[in-house]
Amino acid sequence: MAEQKKSNLAVLKNGLLNENPTFIQLLGMCPTLAVTTSVANAIGMGLSATFVLACSNLAVSLIRKIVPDKIRIATYVIVIAAFVSVVDMLLKAYLPALSASLGMFIPLIVVNCIILARAESFASKNKALPSVFDGIGMGLGFTCALTILGTVREILGNGTFLGLSLFGAAYKPAIIFILPPGAFLVLGSLIALLNLIRDKRKEAGK
Amino acid sequence: MIAQFLVMAVGAILVENFVLVKFLGICPFLGVSKKTDTAIGMGMAVIFVMTLASAITFLVDHWILIPLGAEYLRTIAFILVIAALVQFVEMVVAKLVPALYSALGIYLPLITTNCAVLGVALINAERVFEEGTSFGMMFGLSVWYSFCAAVGFTLAIVLFAGVRERLELSNIPKPLQGFPIALITAGLISIAFLGFQGLSF
Repeated sequence: MAEQKKSNLAVLKNGLLNENPTFIQLLGMCPTLAVTTSVANAIGMGLSATFVLACSNLAVSLIRKIVPDKIRIATYVIVIAAFVSVVDMLLKAYLPALSASLGMFIPLIVVNCIILARAESFASKNKALPSVFDGIGMGLGFTCALTILGTVREILGNGTFLGLSLFGAAYKPAIIFILPPGAFLVLGSLIALLNLIRDKRKEAGK
Repeated sequence: MIAQFLVMAVGAILVENFVLVKFLGICPFLGVSKKTDTAIGMGMAVIFVMTLASAITFLVDHWILIPLGAEYLRTIAFILVIAALVQFVEMVVAKLVPALYSALGIYLPLITTNCAVLGVALINAERVFEEGTSFGMMFGLSVWYSFCAAVGFTLAIVLFAGVRERLELSNIPKPLQGFPIALITAGLISIAFLGFQGLSF
């Protein structure tokens, strides 16, 4: 039992750090680039995807022995699409402002490759509980990455954090960072920075 | 009427380029853009599938979902239609036009998870037309928009692949090698496309 618990935590940490879907695996790039114009959007998108990931991983894991091999991808896509519709309707009902600013990127969670990748590579081979943890871990890893990106872009491009003004009225924000090119530039620089840190660590390890 | 189509074309290809401004279809944009040839192949496959998919999803939407009041099922219905269509197209092309299949074959399965295809179907479904637009006109405009959006995708991916081929030969600092430099390059191309914003009508 204790071992089981430990492995669940390991699965969680795996998603957050070692196999971070955005920074390491480079999956799910469209929402990563499109919705990170502000921290609030980034967190909203991240948590929506986390919910879908956890639920779809659970469902896929439960039906993994019933589904014939040939139609498994199609089945997974339908399972994911069902949960995405749930999230879409919930957001429209309870958080209409967030739903409006994320726009069609909520329905587009269906084609987010992170979710299909986890269903295929983890949930279809593992029991229900670890699959849920894997979904949550990957989802939180995704959320963290989006939040970091959103923070950098919102502070540089708008001079605010979560809508609060940081530098006073005299600060002239660099609008380029909340425009589309900023997304590419910030993500590229962040990954380069992470590579640099990893290389330095490897050298120190030697 | 021709003006309406032209404005839509300029808008979809340049001003609101699917990849560089709307961030749809980033995965294939970054994934299959190492060589110009493969980029062109992918672009052609996307043009083909996206135009066809938008026509079918438009009809599904207007003939089945809207009469039944089931618009909330759009996401599920559209993704099913697209996945089935891609499979079907793959089989038909393999059987009837083997030459085309050997050119596009490997790109076709990848298109199911190209969010640009689902994205364009959703954009078309949410488009509000002027009062009194005929059904045929609505259909024509939607399909034309999808075709132009796919042409915009192809333009972006081919330009990007051209730059990446040059990058292969240059000396890049180690942490920037591979993905980061590709992203920064895409950022610079995106800045160039910002110049078209002034063209919006």
